Amino acid sequence: MIEFLNALVLFSNFVLVPALAYGSQLALGALGVTLVFGILRFANFAHGDLMAFGTMMTILVTWWLQAAGIGIDPLPTALLALPFGIAAAILISLFFDRAVFAFYRKRRSAAIVVVMASIGVMFMLNGIVRFVIGPDDQRFADGARFIISARDFKTMTGLDEGLTIRLPVLITVIVAVVVVAALFWFLQKTRTGKAMRAYSDNEDLALLSGISPERVVAVTWIIAASLATIAGVLYGLDKSFKPFTYFQLLLPIFAAAIVGGIGQPVGAIVGGFVIAFSEVMVTYAYKRVLEYLSFEPSGLVQLLSTEYKFAVSFVILVIVLLIRPTGIFKGRVLQ
Amino acid sequence: MSQRGVILYLCMAALLVLVGFGQSWNVSLTILNLCLISAVMALGVNIQWGYAGLFNVGIMGFAALGGVAAVLVSEPPVIGAWSVGGVGIGLTFLALVATVAAVIIVRRQVTGRLRNISAFAVAIVGFFVIRSVFDPAVDAIEDFDPARTGYLGGLGLPILLAWIVGGVFAASAAWLVGKVALGLRADYLAIATLGISEIILAIMKNEDWLTRGVKNVSGLRRPVPIEIELQQTEWFLDLAQRFGADPITFSSIFVKLCYAILFSIVLVILMWFAERALNAPWGRMMRAIRDNRDAAEAMGKNVTARHLQTFILGSAVVGVAGAMLTTLEGQFTPGQYNPLRFTFLIWVMVIVGGSGNNWGAVLGGFLIWFLWVEAEPAGILLMNTLTAGLAEGNVVREHLLDAAPHMRLFLMGLILLLVLRFSPRGLIPERTN
Amino acid sequence: MSYLAGLGMTGGYGGADILHECDIAVEKGEIAVIVGPNGAGKSTAMKAIFGMLGLREGKVTLGDRDITALSPQDRVKAGMGFVPQTGNVFTTMSVQENLEMGAFIRDDDFTGTMDQVFDLFPVLKEKRRQPAGELSGGQRQQVAVGRALMTNPGVLMLDEPTAGVSPIVMDELFDRILEVAATGIAILMVEQNARQALSIADRGYVLVQGRNRFTDTGEALLANAEVRASFLGG
Repeated sequence: MIEFLNALVLFSNFVLVPALAYGSQLALGALGVTLVFGILRFANFAHGDLMAFGTMMTILVTWWLQAAGIGIDPLPTALLALPFGIAAAILISLFFDRAVFAFYRKRRSAAIVVVMASIGVMFMLNGIVRFVIGPDDQRFADGARFIISARDFKTMTGLDEGLTIRLPVLITVIVAVVVVAALFWFLQKTRTGKAMRAYSDNEDLALLSGISPERVVAVTWIIAASLATIAGVLYGLDKSFKPFTYFQLLLPIFAAAIVGGIGQPVGAIVGGFVIAFSEVMVTYAYKRVLEYLSFEPSGLVQLLSTEYKFAVSFVILVIVLLIRPTGIFKGRVLQ
Repeated sequence: MSQRGVILYLCMAALLVLVGFGQSWNVSLTILNLCLISAVMALGVNIQWGYAGLFNVGIMGFAALGGVAAVLVSEPPVIGAWSVGGVGIGLTFLALVATVAAVIIVRRQVTGRLRNISAFAVAIVGFFVIRSVFDPAVDAIEDFDPARTGYLGGLGLPILLAWIVGGVFAASAAWLVGKVALGLRADYLAIATLGISEIILAIMKNEDWLTRGVKNVSGLRRPVPIEIELQQTEWFLDLAQRFGADPITFSSIFVKLCYAILFSIVLVILMWFAERALNAPWGRMMRAIRDNRDAAEAMGKNVTARHLQTFILGSAVVGVAGAMLTTLEGQFTPGQYNPLRFTFLIWVMVIVGGSGNNWGAVLGGFLIWFLWVEAEPAGILLMNTLTAGLAEGNVVREHLLDAAPHMRLFLMGLILLLVLRFSPRGLIPERTN
Repeated sequence: MSYLAGLGMTGGYGGADILHECDIAVEKGEIAVIVGPNGAGKSTAMKAIFGMLGLREGKVTLGDRDITALSPQDRVKAGMGFVPQTGNVFTTMSVQENLEMGAFIRDDDFTGTMDQVFDLFPVLKEKRRQPAGELSGGQRQQVAVGRALMTNPGVLMLDEPTAGVSPIVMDELFDRILEVAATGIAILMVEQNARQALSIADRGYVLVQGRNRFTDTGEALLANAEVRASFLGG
């Protein structure tokens, strides 16, 4: 029995908890991509760099607050700075919408042209972020590190294996739950939220009903930029901030949105966790877990090496595209 | 080519000459060589996008496959590694083929609900069988003299052959990718190809037995003379003296010229084929499909098959360029492949040059690469001027000077957006008839 | 002058005119039906009245007001309701949300209007929480009409409301439309099922190649031998 508990704790420590945190971060990112797709009808390649931009602004404010000695110990100062980062991300999103995307929307250009434009925006955001904060790793997490440390857990339970729960992980999960609940309340219950769903469902009929497209689009960017910044800051607190990593997050985020069913907010969340759990589970070495369960495996029992983390999300993506192109929750098929 | 095109090409040449006089001929030729490679890549992408409207965001993967070809063709075989792991790798290959065959058979034979489940079960069993022969072989190979080899090596053939093999590698991968992803709409195809290129890169970084992974393969054979040997050859020293040049600088310029000639030959051949194809009935059919897929389909054209064909051809051209690049660099470093540089930058080239027009794409390759390289010194110069009033060692000044190179990403995005908005048909637009 | 009138409408898409001096009018509480062969410009005439097509000549009036220059959205605000032929409901939203979206431009309390719609279409009240996409064809059309009624329009325009529904459902829909007209709303519709539509129409317009060919009461048109021979299949 003890052995079984040890195996369970080991598994939780290295698979469940990290995948839960990572899944929450992906889900928040995928929600933004899926909303932009539902309303503006294009896959936004600049989303990863929007995350990086919002996070960078949060980091800058965090540093300033830290230097000024303002904090909310034991919580990380970044949470205090987050609203500023969100505001900056919203402003730059609305700017790029006005300067770039509005033009193609008015002309009703093909989605592919807009995707191309989003690649241009991606380059610019990437350049701005690297210019301001540089291409290197930045750590900005402060405050308490652990809720439960491995040692405390061991003395508490008497088990051989420890379960570590770091504060950023807990914050990630709590913030994600609150944000998702707020978003769903907004979409289901408020007039503007319903107008967004109507616009996503049937653009022409929405126009006929007097729904203002510019307003819906603006609200969409505000939400997408907020979600992107929150996701980015949570990811940065949990791991670290590096512009290139954020650009690369685009891949699992797209995978999550499509696997869940693009344009479907529920799908984005489910997709985020499917991708996160697959990545972590497929690249985890089960040797020690199995040993507790009295198997004696000869190798590490690792399905794929961790290098293949990003590849996993795409294998899942390809399988979903082949078997069920609309995703788990019937999303629209990209036009 | 139109008069406008000729003028633009002359301007491009003038820019390179200007760099030759202003900075140095070495710099100018370095840029030219990469311009030529970029042009070949842009040509490949234009075949896919300009001819058929296929949005491939996996260029990096195909270029990297070309790089692998350079290693596998030119490096000498590591006999020791083969003797400890060759059999295992052979068995792995057989097991892989057997598994794929078994999955296909199961999917054919079993019907109903059990079909996917049983196929999946067979694949899982196959996976473990493969791993059981593969893992020991890999360990053995990677343990064989890991500091210098630790991989199987190549065939020890001339590296020029790799340029063709690189195309074949990329074409085979494109066939596989196309089979899976070409039925998808444009956005999906983009995301799928982006992902597949990441998978290809992950394999290259991780499968040390094949490519040495992140340990890199350096000192690849060269299709042109080596500078140090030149500097000791009689005829070369004579030649240098006749030009009144310093032998060391001259040898470096000479080698770069050799590369430039080789690359130009490839570009001219590919360009000739691409133009021939575009103006042949095949090219007209491709454009008809691109402009009105439904009508073409109604007329009995097999759109999917034609798209697959174009996708394979375009990817093969990118693969050739990838092999050329690795040859020029003399080493294969999987870590250097970055989608911003190897995928999205190529797209900027095609869009800026003029999608659908081969001359435009090639010009775009030249111009964008030139700007990409020259943006760095220009940015530093700009920042130096801007911060001239600030004291040496000032924090702001230091930061701006450090960060200046990153402005080129910003610049590329700006160029792309401006061209898309104000001149969506590019510098040399597609001819319409 | 009639409550809603398109007078001497001439125009089309791009270069060629589709409509030629076409007149259409409807009074409050009346049903007007536009019929005619395929390609006669029936839907185009409807779109011209609703502002989805620019007119080269002629004008459109609503009440005493010239609305020729208004956009479709502004015409909705001015009191016109429009039910497109396809894509006329939000399929992923519930019936009730569809109605709420219909009332989007209203800032006042619209629960009264919604109750009226539910009285008119009792089945919608029953299925108010169901996504509109899960309803049958006839029920969807009721949602579409209900959505357009949410603005309390003075005139309701229907583009082939019975396209693709069974004859029984068609009869039921026409009954509902009669009920809507009875509340004092002007109804203008384009119909393929000319015979049935003319039988409930106060006024009928037969268009041929974008021109008025016959204009009379529905009854009279049904009785007209030439109309019957040419447009009603004998």
